[in-house]
Amino acid sequence: MAEVLVLAEHSGETVKKVTSELLTLARQFGEPSAVWIGAGAGGGRERLAEFGAAKVYVAEGSEFTDGVVAPAAEVLAALVARTSPAAVLLAATGEGKEIAGRLAVKTGSGVITDATGLTAADGGIVAEQSIFGGAIVVASRVRTGAPIVAVRPNSAAAEPAPAAAEIEPAGVELSDAAKAVRITERVVAERGERPELTEAAIVVSGGRGVGNADNFALIEKLADSLGAAVGASRAATDAGWYPHQFQVGQTGKTVSPQLYLAVGISGAIQHRAGMQTSKTIMVVNKDPEAPIFELADFGVVGDLFQVVPQLTEEVQRRSAN
Amino acid sequence: MNIVVCVKQVPDTWAERTLRPDDSRLDRASVDGVINELDEYAIEEGLRLAEAHGGEVTILTMGPDKASESIRKALSMGADKAVHLLDDGLAGADALQTSAALAAVLGRTGFDLVILGAESTDARMGVLAAMLAERLGVPQVSLASKVEVDGTQLSIHRQTDYGYDKVQASLPAVISVVEKINEPRYPSFKGIMAAKKKPVETLSLADAGVDPAEVGLAAAATEVVSFAKRPPRQAGTIVKDEGDGGAKAAEFLAAQKFI
Repeated sequence: MAEVLVLAEHSGETVKKVTSELLTLARQFGEPSAVWIGAGAGGGRERLAEFGAAKVYVAEGSEFTDGVVAPAAEVLAALVARTSPAAVLLAATGEGKEIAGRLAVKTGSGVITDATGLTAADGGIVAEQSIFGGAIVVASRVRTGAPIVAVRPNSAAAEPAPAAAEIEPAGVELSDAAKAVRITERVVAERGERPELTEAAIVVSGGRGVGNADNFALIEKLADSLGAAVGASRAATDAGWYPHQFQVGQTGKTVSPQLYLAVGISGAIQHRAGMQTSKTIMVVNKDPEAPIFELADFGVVGDLFQVVPQLTEEVQRRSAN
Repeated sequence: MNIVVCVKQVPDTWAERTLRPDDSRLDRASVDGVINELDEYAIEEGLRLAEAHGGEVTILTMGPDKASESIRKALSMGADKAVHLLDDGLAGADALQTSAALAAVLGRTGFDLVILGAESTDARMGVLAAMLAERLGVPQVSLASKVEVDGTQLSIHRQTDYGYDKVQASLPAVISVVEKINEPRYPSFKGIMAAKKKPVETLSLADAGVDPAEVGLAAAATEVVSFAKRPPRQAGTIVKDEGDGGAKAAEFLAAQKFI
Protein backbone atom coordinates (compact mmCIF):
# COMPACT_ATOMS: atom_id res chain seq x y z
CA MET A 1 0.00 0.00 0.00
CA ALA A 2 1.27 3.46 -0.88
CA GLU A 3 2.44 5.73 1.87
CA VAL A 4 0.72 9.02 2.68
CA LEU A 5 3.10 11.57 4.14
CA VAL A 6 1.71 13.66 6.99
CA LEU A 7 3.78 16.58 8.25
CA ALA A 8 3.41 16.47 12.04
CA GLU A 9 2.61 19.71 13.84
CA HIS A 10 4.05 19.64 17.30
CA SER A 11 5.18 21.81 20.14
CA GLY A 12 8.21 20.03 21.57
CA GLU A 13 7.06 16.47 22.25
CA THR A 14 3.38 17.37 22.21
CA VAL A 15 1.61 16.42 18.99
CA LYS A 16 -1.06 18.89 17.98
CA LYS A 17 -4.62 17.74 17.49
CA VAL A 18 -4.63 18.58 13.78
CA THR A 19 -1.98 15.91 13.22
CA SER A 20 -4.26 13.20 14.64
CA GLU A 21 -6.97 14.51 12.31
CA LEU A 22 -4.61 14.39 9.30
CA LEU A 23 -3.49 10.85 10.13
CA THR A 24 -7.16 9.83 10.34
CA LEU A 25 -7.89 11.39 6.94
CA ALA A 26 -4.72 9.92 5.43
CA ARG A 27 -5.83 6.35 6.16
CA GLN A 28 -8.42 6.60 3.36
CA PHE A 29 -5.66 6.84 0.78
CA GLY A 30 -2.86 4.60 2.02
CA GLU A 31 -0.57 3.94 4.95
CA PRO A 32 0.20 7.11 6.91
CA SER A 33 3.82 8.02 7.59
CA ALA A 34 4.40 10.98 9.87
CA VAL A 35 7.22 13.42 9.10
CA TRP A 36 8.72 15.02 12.19
CA ILE A 37 10.92 18.09 11.91
CA GLY A 38 12.97 18.93 15.00
CA ALA A 39 13.45 17.31 18.39
CA GLY A 40 10.92 15.38 20.45
CA ALA A 41 9.90 12.56 18.09
CA GLY A 42 10.59 9.97 20.80
CA GLY A 43 8.04 11.62 23.05
CA GLY A 44 5.49 12.25 20.32
CA ARG A 45 5.73 8.75 18.83
CA GLU A 46 3.07 7.18 21.03
CA ARG A 47 0.40 9.62 19.87
CA LEU A 48 1.38 9.17 16.20
CA ALA A 49 1.15 5.40 16.67
CA GLU A 50 -2.30 5.71 18.25
CA PHE A 51 -3.66 7.44 15.15
CA GLY A 52 -2.17 5.13 12.56
CA ALA A 53 1.34 6.27 11.62
CA ALA A 54 3.23 3.19 10.42
CA LYS A 55 6.49 5.15 10.24
CA VAL A 56 7.85 8.39 11.59
CA TYR A 57 10.52 10.05 9.45
CA VAL A 58 12.60 12.30 11.66
CA ALA A 59 14.76 15.27 10.65
CA GLU A 60 16.33 16.40 13.89
CA GLY A 61 18.83 19.20 14.35
CA SER A 62 18.89 22.96 14.67
CA GLU A 63 19.46 23.46 10.93
CA PHE A 64 15.95 22.11 10.32
CA THR A 65 14.21 24.27 12.93
CA ASP A 66 16.18 27.52 12.70
CA GLY A 67 15.25 28.06 9.05
CA VAL A 68 11.98 29.31 7.61
CA VAL A 69 9.79 26.94 5.53
CA ALA A 70 12.57 25.89 3.12
CA PRO A 71 14.08 23.13 5.35
CA ALA A 72 10.72 21.38 5.85
CA ALA A 73 10.02 21.62 2.12
CA GLU A 74 13.39 20.04 1.31
CA VAL A 75 12.81 17.19 3.76
CA LEU A 76 9.37 16.49 2.30
CA ALA A 77 10.65 16.72 -1.28
CA ALA A 78 13.36 14.15 -0.53
CA LEU A 79 10.79 11.84 1.07
CA VAL A 80 8.40 12.27 -1.86
CA ALA A 81 11.20 11.23 -4.24
CA ARG A 82 12.06 8.23 -2.07
CA THR A 83 8.58 6.93 -1.18
CA SER A 84 6.36 8.02 -4.12
CA PRO A 85 3.49 8.72 -1.73
CA ALA A 86 -0.20 8.71 -2.65
CA ALA A 87 -0.43 12.21 -1.16
CA VAL A 88 1.21 14.69 1.20
CA LEU A 89 -1.00 16.21 3.90
CA LEU A 90 -0.14 19.27 5.96
CA ALA A 91 -2.02 21.52 8.36
CA ALA A 92 -3.40 24.66 6.71
CA THR A 93 -1.61 27.04 9.03
CA GLY A 94 0.29 30.03 7.63
CA GLU A 95 3.52 28.07 7.69
CA GLY A 96 1.97 24.76 6.63
CA LYS A 97 0.57 26.38 3.49
CA GLU A 98 3.93 27.95 2.67
CA ILE A 99 5.66 24.58 3.02
CA ALA A 100 3.00 23.09 0.74
CA GLY A 101 3.66 25.83 -1.82
CA ARG A 102 7.42 25.30 -1.93
CA LEU A 103 6.98 21.54 -2.05
CA ALA A 104 4.62 21.91 -5.01
CA VAL A 105 7.25 23.88 -6.95
CA LYS A 106 9.95 21.32 -6.07
CA THR A 107 7.88 18.30 -7.09
CA GLY A 108 5.73 19.86 -9.83
CA SER A 109 2.65 18.52 -8.07
CA GLY A 110 -0.60 20.40 -7.72
CA VAL A 111 -1.42 21.92 -4.35
CA ILE A 112 -4.75 22.58 -2.65
CA THR A 113 -4.95 24.67 0.49
CA ASP A 114 -7.57 25.15 3.21
CA ALA A 115 -9.36 21.88 2.56
CA THR A 116 -12.25 21.35 4.97
CA GLY A 117 -12.68 17.70 4.07
CA LEU A 118 -11.04 14.93 2.02
CA THR A 119 -12.68 11.96 0.32
CA ALA A 120 -11.49 9.18 -1.95
CA ALA A 121 -13.10 9.22 -5.40
CA ASP A 122 -12.09 7.50 -8.67
CA GLY A 123 -8.82 6.38 -7.14
CA GLY A 124 -7.90 9.96 -6.30
CA ILE A 125 -8.44 12.53 -3.60
CA VAL A 126 -11.22 15.08 -3.71
CA ALA A 127 -10.80 18.04 -1.40
CA GLU A 128 -13.67 20.16 -0.17
CA GLN A 129 -13.06 23.88 0.26
CA SER A 130 -15.23 26.70 1.44
CA ILE A 131 -14.56 29.91 -0.49
CA PHE A 132 -15.63 33.56 -0.75
CA GLY A 133 -16.32 33.95 2.93
CA GLY A 134 -17.97 30.55 3.14
CA ALA A 135 -20.59 31.36 0.50
CA ILE A 136 -19.56 28.59 -1.91
CA VAL A 137 -18.46 25.02 -1.36
CA VAL A 138 -16.01 23.66 -3.93
CA ALA A 139 -14.78 20.14 -4.64
CA SER A 140 -11.30 20.13 -6.21
CA ARG A 141 -8.68 17.63 -7.14
CA VAL A 142 -5.05 17.58 -8.12
CA ARG A 143 -4.41 16.23 -11.60
CA THR A 144 -0.62 16.52 -11.74
CA GLY A 145 1.67 14.57 -9.43
CA ALA A 146 1.08 13.33 -5.89
CA PRO A 147 -1.54 15.65 -4.40
CA ILE A 148 -0.29 18.12 -1.80
CA VAL A 149 -3.15 19.19 0.42
CA ALA A 150 -3.15 21.61 3.34
CA VAL A 151 -6.14 20.77 5.54
CA ARG A 152 -7.72 23.12 8.06
CA PRO A 153 -7.67 22.05 11.70
CA ASN A 154 -11.03 20.69 12.94
CA SER A 155 -11.92 19.35 9.48
CA ALA A 156 -12.27 15.76 10.71
CA ALA A 157 -12.76 13.89 13.96
CA ALA A 158 -9.55 12.07 14.93
CA GLU A 159 -10.15 8.33 15.33
CA PRO A 160 -7.53 5.97 16.79
CA ALA A 161 -6.19 3.07 14.68
CA PRO A 162 -3.01 1.79 16.30
CA ALA A 163 0.08 1.27 14.16
CA ALA A 164 3.80 0.78 14.74
CA ALA A 165 5.13 4.35 14.34
CA GLU A 166 8.63 3.08 13.68
CA ILE A 167 11.14 5.85 13.83
CA GLU A 168 13.36 6.23 10.79
CA PRO A 169 15.85 9.04 10.17
CA ALA A 170 14.78 11.17 7.20
CA GLY A 171 18.43 11.23 6.12
CA VAL A 172 18.25 14.59 4.38
CA GLU A 173 21.19 16.96 3.90
CA LEU A 174 19.94 20.52 3.61
CA SER A 175 21.13 22.69 0.75
CA ASP A 176 22.89 25.98 1.53
CA ALA A 177 19.87 27.80 0.09
CA ALA A 178 17.63 26.26 2.75
CA LYS A 179 19.96 27.62 5.44
CA ALA A 180 19.96 31.17 4.05
CA VAL A 181 17.21 32.38 6.40
CA ARG A 182 17.78 32.12 10.17
CA ILE A 183 15.42 32.50 13.08
CA THR A 184 17.45 34.32 15.72
CA GLU A 185 14.79 34.53 18.43
CA ARG A 186 11.27 33.26 19.11
CA VAL A 187 9.10 35.77 20.91
CA VAL A 188 6.15 34.19 22.70
CA ALA A 189 3.18 36.42 23.51
CA GLU A 190 1.92 35.86 27.04
CA ARG A 191 -1.53 34.38 26.64
CA GLY A 192 -1.81 31.90 29.48
CA GLU A 193 -2.64 28.25 28.94
CA ARG A 194 -5.39 28.65 26.41
CA PRO A 195 -5.64 26.31 23.43
CA GLU A 196 -4.31 27.50 20.10
CA LEU A 197 -6.82 29.55 18.14
CA THR A 198 -7.02 27.43 14.97
CA GLU A 199 -7.00 24.14 16.91
CA ALA A 200 -9.48 25.00 19.64
CA ALA A 201 -12.83 23.20 19.88
CA ILE A 202 -14.38 26.39 21.26
CA VAL A 203 -13.46 29.96 20.33
CA VAL A 204 -14.77 33.10 22.06
CA SER A 205 -14.17 36.28 20.04
CA GLY A 206 -14.67 39.90 20.95
CA GLY A 207 -15.21 42.84 18.64
CA ARG A 208 -15.86 46.55 18.56
CA GLY A 209 -18.59 46.25 21.17
CA VAL A 210 -16.02 45.21 23.78
CA GLY A 211 -14.95 48.85 23.82
CA ASN A 212 -11.35 48.73 25.01
CA ALA A 213 -8.39 46.50 25.81
CA ASP A 214 -9.19 46.14 29.51
CA ASN A 215 -12.67 44.85 28.75
CA PHE A 216 -11.15 41.91 26.86
CA ALA A 217 -10.69 40.40 30.33
CA LEU A 218 -14.44 39.64 30.14
CA ILE A 219 -13.91 37.71 26.92
CA GLU A 220 -10.92 35.86 28.37
CA LYS A 221 -12.85 34.95 31.50
CA LEU A 222 -15.71 33.49 29.47
CA ALA A 223 -13.19 31.65 27.27
CA ASP A 224 -11.44 30.20 30.32
CA SER A 225 -14.72 28.99 31.79
CA LEU A 226 -15.25 27.00 28.57
CA GLY A 227 -11.62 25.95 28.00
CA ALA A 228 -11.76 28.02 24.83
CA ALA A 229 -9.32 30.06 22.77
CA VAL A 230 -9.78 33.81 22.47
CA GLY A 231 -10.17 35.54 19.12
CA ALA A 232 -10.82 39.11 18.08
CA SER A 233 -12.38 40.91 15.15
CA ARG A 234 -10.30 43.17 12.97
CA ALA A 235 -11.92 46.23 14.57
CA ALA A 236 -10.55 45.08 17.92
CA THR A 237 -7.04 44.20 16.70
CA ASP A 238 -6.76 47.37 14.60
CA ALA A 239 -7.68 49.38 17.69
CA GLY A 240 -4.88 47.63 19.56
CA TRP A 241 -7.24 46.03 22.10
CA TYR A 242 -5.98 42.52 21.41
CA PRO A 243 -2.83 41.19 19.67
CA HIS A 244 -2.99 40.91 15.94
CA GLN A 245 -2.20 37.19 15.76
CA PHE A 246 -5.59 36.46 17.34
CA GLN A 247 -7.54 38.19 14.59
CA VAL A 248 -10.26 36.00 13.09
CA GLY A 249 -11.26 36.97 9.57
CA GLN A 250 -10.30 37.34 5.97
CA THR A 251 -6.89 38.89 6.64
CA GLY A 252 -6.36 36.91 9.84
CA LYS A 253 -7.01 33.37 11.04
CA THR A 254 -9.70 31.09 9.73
CA VAL A 255 -11.23 28.95 12.44
CA SER A 256 -13.66 26.07 12.27
CA PRO A 257 -14.42 25.12 15.87
CA GLN A 258 -17.31 23.08 17.27
CA LEU A 259 -18.57 26.24 18.95
CA TYR A 260 -17.89 29.88 18.06
CA LEU A 261 -19.08 32.69 20.32
CA ALA A 262 -19.11 36.12 18.71
CA VAL A 263 -19.37 38.85 21.31
CA GLY A 264 -19.87 42.47 20.29
CA ILE A 265 -19.07 41.61 16.65
CA SER A 266 -21.37 42.93 13.93
CA GLY A 267 -20.39 40.25 11.40
CA ALA A 268 -18.99 42.07 8.37
CA ILE A 269 -18.05 39.77 5.49
CA GLN A 270 -14.36 40.09 6.47
CA HIS A 271 -15.11 38.50 9.82
CA ARG A 272 -17.53 35.90 8.49
CA ALA A 273 -14.86 34.67 6.10
CA GLY A 274 -12.86 33.56 9.11
CA MET A 275 -15.54 31.73 11.09
CA GLN A 276 -18.46 30.79 8.87
CA THR A 277 -17.60 27.09 8.81
CA SER A 278 -17.89 26.83 12.61
CA LYS A 279 -20.30 24.03 13.55
CA THR A 280 -22.36 25.93 16.12
CA ILE A 281 -22.42 29.72 16.38
CA MET A 282 -23.58 31.79 19.36
CA VAL A 283 -23.91 35.56 19.24
CA VAL A 284 -24.16 38.28 21.85
CA ASN A 285 -24.80 41.74 20.41
CA LYS A 286 -26.88 44.72 21.43
CA ASP A 287 -27.89 45.51 17.84
CA PRO A 288 -30.70 43.18 16.70
CA GLU A 289 -29.95 44.18 13.08
CA ALA A 290 -26.29 43.03 13.21
CA PRO A 291 -25.66 40.67 10.26
CA ILE A 292 -23.90 38.19 12.56
CA PHE A 293 -27.34 37.11 13.82
CA GLU A 294 -27.98 35.57 10.38
CA LEU A 295 -25.37 32.94 11.28
CA ALA A 296 -26.45 32.41 14.87
CA ASP A 297 -27.74 29.08 16.11
CA PHE A 298 -28.41 30.94 19.32
CA GLY A 299 -28.30 34.69 19.76
CA VAL A 300 -28.82 37.07 22.63
CA VAL A 301 -29.78 40.64 21.83
CA GLY A 302 -28.44 42.54 24.79
CA ASP A 303 -25.64 44.41 26.50
CA LEU A 304 -22.57 42.19 26.53
CA PHE A 305 -21.49 43.71 29.85
CA GLN A 306 -24.62 42.20 31.41
CA VAL A 307 -24.90 39.01 29.38
CA VAL A 308 -21.28 37.82 29.32
CA PRO A 309 -20.59 37.94 33.10
CA GLN A 310 -23.87 36.14 33.74
CA LEU A 311 -23.05 33.51 31.12
CA THR A 312 -19.54 33.05 32.55
CA GLU A 313 -20.90 32.61 36.06
CA GLU A 314 -23.54 30.17 34.87
CA VAL A 315 -20.98 28.12 32.91
CA GLN A 316 -18.71 28.01 35.96
CA ARG A 317 -21.61 26.97 38.20
CA ARG A 318 -22.76 24.21 35.86
CA SER A 319 -19.21 22.95 35.26
CA ALA A 320 -18.59 22.79 39.03
CA ASN A 321 -21.57 20.49 39.55
CA MET B 1 17.30 49.44 -4.13
CA ASN B 2 15.24 47.81 -6.85
CA ILE B 3 11.93 46.95 -5.17
CA VAL B 4 9.20 45.06 -7.02
CA VAL B 5 5.76 44.86 -5.42
CA CYS B 6 3.42 42.18 -6.75
CA VAL B 7 -0.15 43.45 -6.89
CA LYS B 8 -3.26 41.42 -7.65
CA GLN B 9 -6.60 42.84 -8.61
CA VAL B 10 -9.38 41.00 -6.81
CA PRO B 11 -13.16 41.28 -6.73
CA ASP B 12 -14.37 43.63 -4.02
CA THR B 13 -15.01 41.60 -0.88
CA TRP B 14 -18.31 43.43 -0.41
CA ALA B 15 -19.61 42.23 -3.77
CA GLU B 16 -21.27 38.86 -4.25
CA ARG B 17 -18.51 36.68 -5.64
CA THR B 18 -19.24 33.56 -7.62
CA LEU B 19 -17.73 31.01 -9.98
CA ARG B 20 -18.68 30.74 -13.64
CA PRO B 21 -20.78 27.65 -14.37
CA ASP B 22 -18.96 26.73 -17.60
CA ASP B 23 -15.34 26.60 -16.44
CA SER B 24 -15.54 27.07 -12.63
CA ARG B 25 -13.39 30.17 -12.82
CA LEU B 26 -13.93 33.24 -10.71
CA ASP B 27 -16.44 35.54 -12.39
CA ARG B 28 -14.33 38.70 -12.52
CA ALA B 29 -16.38 40.53 -15.14
CA SER B 30 -19.52 41.05 -13.07
CA VAL B 31 -17.89 42.64 -10.02
CA ASP B 32 -15.80 45.69 -9.26
CA GLY B 33 -12.09 45.04 -9.09
CA VAL B 34 -9.94 46.48 -6.30
CA ILE B 35 -6.33 46.10 -5.22
CA ASN B 36 -6.02 43.08 -2.97
CA GLU B 37 -6.11 44.56 0.51
CA LEU B 38 -2.83 43.14 1.80
CA ASP B 39 -1.08 44.25 -1.38
CA GLU B 40 -1.73 47.86 -0.34
CA TYR B 41 0.38 47.15 2.74
CA ALA B 42 3.04 45.65 0.47
CA ILE B 43 3.04 48.79 -1.71
CA GLU B 44 3.27 50.99 1.38
CA GLU B 45 6.20 49.00 2.75
CA GLY B 46 7.97 49.20 -0.62
CA LEU B 47 7.48 52.97 -0.74
CA ARG B 48 8.75 53.40 2.82
CA LEU B 49 11.85 51.31 2.15
CA ALA B 50 12.57 53.24 -1.06
CA GLU B 51 12.10 56.53 0.80
CA ALA B 52 14.46 55.43 3.56
CA HIS B 53 17.13 53.74 1.48
CA GLY B 54 16.72 55.17 -1.99
CA GLY B 55 15.69 53.19 -5.03
CA GLU B 56 12.70 52.54 -7.21
CA VAL B 57 9.39 50.77 -6.69
CA THR B 58 8.00 48.78 -9.60
CA ILE B 59 4.49 47.34 -9.54
CA LEU B 60 4.13 43.89 -11.10
CA THR B 61 0.61 42.75 -11.95
CA MET B 62 -0.66 39.72 -13.79
CA GLY B 63 -4.26 39.94 -14.88
CA PRO B 64 -6.75 40.99 -17.53
CA ASP B 65 -7.05 44.49 -19.07
CA LYS B 66 -9.18 45.62 -16.17
CA ALA B 67 -6.25 45.14 -13.76
CA SER B 68 -4.76 48.35 -15.17
CA GLU B 69 -7.12 50.19 -12.76
CA SER B 70 -5.25 48.67 -9.85
CA ILE B 71 -1.90 49.47 -11.47
CA ARG B 72 -2.92 53.14 -11.73
CA LYS B 73 -3.94 53.22 -8.11
CA ALA B 74 -0.62 51.70 -7.04
CA LEU B 75 1.23 54.28 -9.14
CA SER B 76 -0.86 57.07 -7.64
CA MET B 77 0.23 55.91 -4.16
CA GLY B 78 3.76 56.69 -5.29
CA ALA B 79 5.26 53.71 -7.11
CA ASP B 80 7.57 54.69 -9.98
CA LYS B 81 6.55 52.36 -12.77
CA ALA B 82 4.71 49.16 -13.54
CA VAL B 83 4.86 45.95 -15.50
CA HIS B 84 1.58 44.37 -16.58
CA LEU B 85 1.72 40.73 -17.59
CA LEU B 86 -1.33 40.53 -19.82
CA ASP B 87 -2.16 37.52 -21.95
CA ASP B 88 -5.40 35.63 -22.56
CA GLY B 89 -3.37 32.45 -22.27
CA LEU B 90 -3.01 33.08 -18.53
CA ALA B 91 -6.75 32.81 -17.85
CA GLY B 92 -7.41 30.11 -15.28
CA ALA B 93 -3.76 29.86 -14.21
CA ASP B 94 -3.27 28.13 -10.84
CA ALA B 95 -0.76 29.11 -8.16
CA LEU B 96 2.06 27.04 -9.66
CA GLN B 97 1.63 28.66 -13.07
CA THR B 98 1.17 32.13 -11.64
CA SER B 99 4.41 31.82 -9.68
CA ALA B 100 6.23 30.54 -12.78
CA ALA B 101 5.00 33.45 -14.91
CA LEU B 102 5.81 36.06 -12.26
CA ALA B 103 9.24 34.52 -11.66
CA ALA B 104 9.94 34.77 -15.40
CA VAL B 105 9.10 38.48 -15.36
CA LEU B 106 11.16 39.05 -12.21
CA GLY B 107 14.07 37.42 -13.98
CA ARG B 108 13.72 40.13 -16.61
CA THR B 109 13.19 43.13 -14.32
CA GLY B 110 15.76 42.04 -11.76
CA PHE B 111 15.14 42.89 -8.06
CA ASP B 112 16.72 43.41 -4.68
CA LEU B 113 13.45 42.89 -2.89
CA VAL B 114 10.14 41.42 -4.01
CA ILE B 115 7.23 42.32 -1.71
CA LEU B 116 3.78 40.67 -1.68
CA GLY B 117 0.71 40.74 0.51
CA ALA B 118 0.61 37.51 2.54
CA GLU B 119 -2.54 36.31 0.77
CA SER B 120 -5.26 37.47 -1.60
CA THR B 121 -8.84 37.98 -0.50
CA ASP B 122 -10.17 35.84 -3.35
CA ALA B 123 -8.09 32.64 -3.49
CA ARG B 124 -6.64 33.03 0.03
CA MET B 125 -3.95 30.40 -0.58
CA GLY B 126 -1.05 32.30 0.96
CA VAL B 127 1.53 30.34 -1.07
CA LEU B 128 2.81 32.77 -3.67
CA ALA B 129 5.72 34.30 -1.72
CA ALA B 130 6.97 30.82 -0.83
CA MET B 131 6.64 29.64 -4.44
CA LEU B 132 8.43 32.70 -5.82
CA ALA B 133 11.31 32.34 -3.35
CA GLU B 134 11.63 28.69 -4.31
CA ARG B 135 11.63 29.45 -8.03
CA LEU B 136 13.98 32.42 -7.76
CA GLY B 137 16.36 30.65 -5.38
CA VAL B 138 16.42 33.54 -2.91
CA PRO B 139 15.54 33.76 0.81
CA GLN B 140 11.88 33.69 1.79
CA VAL B 141 11.10 36.09 4.63
CA SER B 142 7.33 35.90 4.77
CA LEU B 143 4.44 36.88 7.05
CA ALA B 144 6.38 39.96 8.10
CA SER B 145 4.92 42.36 10.65
CA LYS B 146 8.11 44.44 10.66
CA VAL B 147 10.90 44.84 8.09
CA GLU B 148 14.32 46.45 8.52
CA VAL B 149 17.02 46.75 5.87
CA ASP B 150 20.63 47.53 6.74
CA GLY B 151 22.85 47.42 3.69
CA THR B 152 22.21 43.97 2.28
CA GLN B 153 21.03 42.60 5.64
CA LEU B 154 17.32 42.03 6.14
CA SER B 155 15.69 41.63 9.57
CA ILE B 156 12.00 40.91 9.96
CA HIS B 157 9.44 39.88 12.53
CA ARG B 158 7.63 36.84 11.19
CA GLN B 159 4.17 36.41 12.63
CA THR B 160 3.58 33.01 14.26
CA ASP B 161 0.75 31.38 16.20
CA TYR B 162 2.58 32.07 19.46
CA GLY B 163 3.80 35.60 18.74
CA TYR B 164 6.61 36.23 16.31
CA ASP B 165 10.05 35.04 15.24
CA LYS B 166 12.94 37.38 14.65
CA VAL B 167 14.34 36.34 11.28
CA GLN B 168 17.45 37.35 9.37
CA ALA B 169 18.49 36.95 5.75
CA SER B 170 20.32 38.89 3.09
CA LEU B 171 19.18 40.55 -0.13
CA PRO B 172 17.98 39.76 -2.70
CA ALA B 173 14.90 38.25 -1.07
CA VAL B 174 11.14 37.75 -1.26
CA ILE B 175 9.01 39.28 1.52
CA SER B 176 5.33 38.89 2.29
CA VAL B 177 3.61 41.24 4.70
CA VAL B 178 0.69 41.07 7.14
CA GLU B 179 -1.55 44.03 7.87
CA LYS B 180 0.10 44.83 11.21
CA ILE B 181 3.15 46.12 9.35
CA ASN B 182 1.97 49.63 8.46
CA GLU B 183 -0.95 51.85 7.53
CA PRO B 184 -1.18 52.27 3.73
CA ARG B 185 -1.34 55.86 2.49
CA TYR B 186 -4.16 57.24 0.38
CA PRO B 187 -3.22 58.55 -3.06
CA SER B 188 -2.92 62.35 -3.04
CA PHE B 189 -4.39 64.48 -5.83
CA LYS B 190 -0.84 65.20 -6.96
CA GLY B 191 -0.11 61.49 -6.90
CA ILE B 192 -3.17 60.71 -9.00
CA MET B 193 -2.16 63.28 -11.60
CA ALA B 194 1.46 62.11 -11.66
CA ALA B 195 0.40 58.47 -12.06
CA LYS B 196 -1.07 59.21 -15.48
CA LYS B 197 2.40 59.89 -16.84
CA LYS B 198 4.22 56.99 -15.22
CA PRO B 199 5.43 54.20 -17.51
CA VAL B 200 3.52 50.92 -17.67
CA GLU B 201 5.15 48.18 -19.67
CA THR B 202 2.77 45.53 -20.98
CA LEU B 203 4.24 42.07 -21.52
CA SER B 204 2.75 39.06 -23.24
CA LEU B 205 3.68 35.49 -22.29
CA ALA B 206 6.06 35.45 -25.25
CA ASP B 207 7.66 38.72 -24.08
CA ALA B 208 8.19 37.18 -20.63
CA GLY B 209 9.59 34.00 -22.13
CA VAL B 210 6.83 31.74 -20.82
CA ASP B 211 5.66 28.80 -22.93
CA PRO B 212 1.89 29.31 -23.46
CA ALA B 213 1.40 25.53 -23.41
CA GLU B 214 2.45 25.46 -19.76
CA VAL B 215 -0.04 27.98 -18.41
CA GLY B 216 -3.79 28.51 -18.30
CA LEU B 217 -6.76 26.43 -17.30
CA ALA B 218 -6.03 23.45 -19.55
CA ALA B 219 -2.53 22.94 -18.13
CA ALA B 220 -3.37 23.68 -14.48
CA ALA B 221 -2.21 21.11 -11.91
CA THR B 222 -5.47 21.39 -10.00
CA GLU B 223 -9.08 21.45 -11.12
CA VAL B 224 -12.49 22.19 -9.72
CA VAL B 225 -14.69 19.08 -9.87
CA SER B 226 -17.90 20.80 -8.77
CA PHE B 227 -19.16 23.72 -6.73
CA ALA B 228 -22.38 24.83 -5.09
CA LYS B 229 -23.69 27.62 -2.96
CA ARG B 230 -23.55 26.74 0.70
CA PRO B 231 -27.10 26.05 1.86
CA PRO B 232 -28.25 28.86 4.17
CA ARG B 233 -27.93 28.10 7.86
CA GLN B 234 -31.15 27.18 9.58
CA ALA B 235 -32.55 30.17 11.40
CA GLY B 236 -31.43 30.05 15.00
CA THR B 237 -33.10 31.04 18.23
CA ILE B 238 -32.72 34.71 19.03
CA VAL B 239 -33.70 35.97 22.48
CA LYS B 240 -33.78 39.48 23.88
CA ASP B 241 -31.96 39.90 27.16
CA GLU B 242 -34.52 40.51 29.89
CA GLY B 243 -31.97 40.13 32.64
CA ASP B 244 -31.63 36.39 31.99
CA GLY B 245 -29.85 36.40 28.58
CA GLY B 246 -26.64 34.91 30.00
CA ALA B 247 -28.54 32.15 31.78
CA LYS B 248 -30.50 31.32 28.62
CA ALA B 249 -27.27 31.18 26.64
CA ALA B 250 -25.85 28.77 29.23
CA GLU B 251 -28.97 26.62 28.90
CA PHE B 252 -28.41 26.42 25.16
CA LEU B 253 -24.76 25.42 25.69
CA ALA B 254 -25.82 22.74 28.17
CA ALA B 255 -28.48 21.42 25.80
CA GLN B 256 -25.83 21.19 23.06
CA LYS B 257 -23.49 19.40 25.54
CA PHE B 258 -20.82 22.08 25.44
CA ILE B 259 -20.99 22.33 29.22
